[in-house]
Amino acid sequence: MSPKTFRGGVHPDGHKDMSKGQPVEAYLPKGDLVFPINQHIGKPAKPVVAKGDKVLAGQIIAEADGFVSANIISSCSGTVKAIEQRYNAGGARAMCIVIENDGEYTLAPGIGKTRNEGTVSSKDILDAIQAAGIVGMGGAGFPTHVKLSSKNPEGIDYVIANGAECEPYITCDDRLMQNENRAIVEGLRLVLQLFPNAQGVIAIEDNKPDAIRAMEAVCAGEKQIHVQPVMAKYPEGGERNLISVISGRDLRFGQLPADVGCVVCNVSTLNAIYHAVHKSTPLMERYFTVSGDAVANPRTMVVKIGTNSAELIEAAGGIKPGCTVKKVLSGGPMMGIAMSSLDVPVCKNNNALTVLAEDEVELAQAQATSCIRCGRCTRVCPIHLIPQLMADAAERKDYESYEKKYYGLDCIACGSCSYICPAKRPLMQLFKETKGAIMAAKRK
Amino acid sequence: MQSIIIATAAVGIIGLLIGLLLIMVDKKFKVEVDEKEIAVREFLPGNNCGACGYAGCDAMAAAIAKGEAPVNGCPVGGTPVAEQIAHIMGVEADETTKEVAFVKCSGSCDKVVQKSNYVGIHDCASAVASGLSPWACDYGCLGFGSCAAVCPFDAITVIDGVAVVDRAKCRTCGKCVAVCPKHLIEIIPDDSAYAVSCSNRDRGPAVKKVCSTGCIGCKLCEKQCENDAVHVENNVASIDYSKCTGCGKCHDKCPAGIIQKRS
Repeated sequence: MSPKTFRGGVHPDGHKDMSKGQPVEAYLPKGDLVFPINQHIGKPAKPVVAKGDKVLAGQIIAEADGFVSANIISSCSGTVKAIEQRYNAGGARAMCIVIENDGEYTLAPGIGKTRNEGTVSSKDILDAIQAAGIVGMGGAGFPTHVKLSSKNPEGIDYVIANGAECEPYITCDDRLMQNENRAIVEGLRLVLQLFPNAQGVIAIEDNKPDAIRAMEAVCAGEKQIHVQPVMAKYPEGGERNLISVISGRDLRFGQLPADVGCVVCNVSTLNAIYHAVHKSTPLMERYFTVSGDAVANPRTMVVKIGTNSAELIEAAGGIKPGCTVKKVLSGGPMMGIAMSSLDVPVCKNNNALTVLAEDEVELAQAQATSCIRCGRCTRVCPIHLIPQLMADAAERKDYESYEKKYYGLDCIACGSCSYICPAKRPLMQLFKETKGAIMAAKRK
Repeated sequence: MQSIIIATAAVGIIGLLIGLLLIMVDKKFKVEVDEKEIAVREFLPGNNCGACGYAGCDAMAAAIAKGEAPVNGCPVGGTPVAEQIAHIMGVEADETTKEVAFVKCSGSCDKVVQKSNYVGIHDCASAVASGLSPWACDYGCLGFGSCAAVCPFDAITVIDGVAVVDRAKCRTCGKCVAVCPKHLIEIIPDDSAYAVSCSNRDRGPAVKKVCSTGCIGCKLCEKQCENDAVHVENNVASIDYSKCTGCGKCHDKCPAGIIQKRS
């Protein structure tokens, strides 16, 4: 039986072999660590330290401002050097707390204490997650305690652990599932405790047999949790697609996963939940891939949140001799953001740096021509939209048609349409811009 | 032969009947149009640019005829049109001063530091939404020419990476002001002698790093001005045109050369 999948999607070259087999090592940063106060969706956190303060690893340096917000935790010990505007990976300026690393990583009191298992209540779980500053680590950065604080916990019947990792080049979740399989299942068990009627499904693309084997080994004999291999296809790991694949339910316009009885968490998030609840360790580090054909030793590392990107490329052997870097992406090549500076920190929701050399970028740089109405974008759209007509409306700046007629706000910006388009039209950029313009007009 | 006559007669009678019907309809459903409105419409430029705030020239003409809009309400037509319309309406036209759009940036390719190669949609709003800009200055002109594309009068050209307004062609419709994602374009009096061609709100050292012709907020201009017309707010100079006498002292002292003399 072929593995489960959804209708649409594309099959980009995975390039995962580059970093897959390399040993995973912890990388300790040498330079300053930078913590933007808006590493999540929602209100930016409020800094609670001042310039010159001494901080310890695990200490809260910015507090959540309201419910839909998240604490920012220092991942090293040292001195607060500055609180100033700096650039983030997206090229925007954000208020950042800069900490001069003393290299000691002295833990704040109480961090790393093992909790007695079996005594943890639902409220304890949510409080621990909130205090640890955990956000969706797959990319969205939505505060996890908000996602898990459901009004109707009995109505949730699927908790999906997202280990699909469909983005090319990235292998951090793959390696995490092999190394931390117990922690992920424990984390999933904690989430299931919040949703009494739910069953846990760990969804992994079938191009990661080692991860599937590792997860199945811990899930053997589990009644509530099982591993579900899914087809290796992009964007299998998109929240909506995974829900449709696992539960057979489709999200309609404006619906959230909870509306169809599902909660989706990335495996990295579950790992962080386990450490927050059972080990009293807040979110300080994550698995992170540095890959791409311009990197000498592509690899996955365990990095401290706030580490400088340029330092990480150096840690992966630097740029290959004789190679010209054309593009550096925060994330993978499909949804990643092109960076104009490497002097940006790793945030909680960043999972990779992809460094590309000349030849690969040139393909995408080919001049766009007019739409030839081949309809391939429509065939691959995982949300079943019609990118061709959306692009038409977007170019005319006909926002009403874009939103009401073509449901363009449902676009997840996966880039499948841009990838498949034989006319090389920059569809995804157009949709991102149009969505931004419509949302900005709505906020007014 | 007979069939031709019948056909001709039938078509002729039908034609007559339809003609009568049309005359009746014209009499019965006649729309009253103000003669003034037609006359006013004659003098309006007919670009339908919407700069007056009405849906187009027809709507503007109707509003003027009703007395809702001022006779000099068309910024495109300027004083000559206002005089003609005032004549029709039988009122005196107020003096209108010609205004033009001005791009508050002069960071051309050789002056501002380039930080990345932008590959994507050639449009300023798209570039801003993507978070990428070719230039290290966060405030300056991107040079993709969204303003030039939207200008109905072909008055804006991108020269060496910066949009430049042709003062003779500009009709102050304000479309470029609305479209610029960096909010660089301002409507200023055409006869103003000087204008500030920078919008960078960063502090001096940060500006120096990214552009050789950026306002460093040194306030020399503010100190020079005897008429309280030049002020530095948010680290960038601005001129109050109602107070400026055009003495040029600010221009002479500006170390960054961003207070441009307008000839």
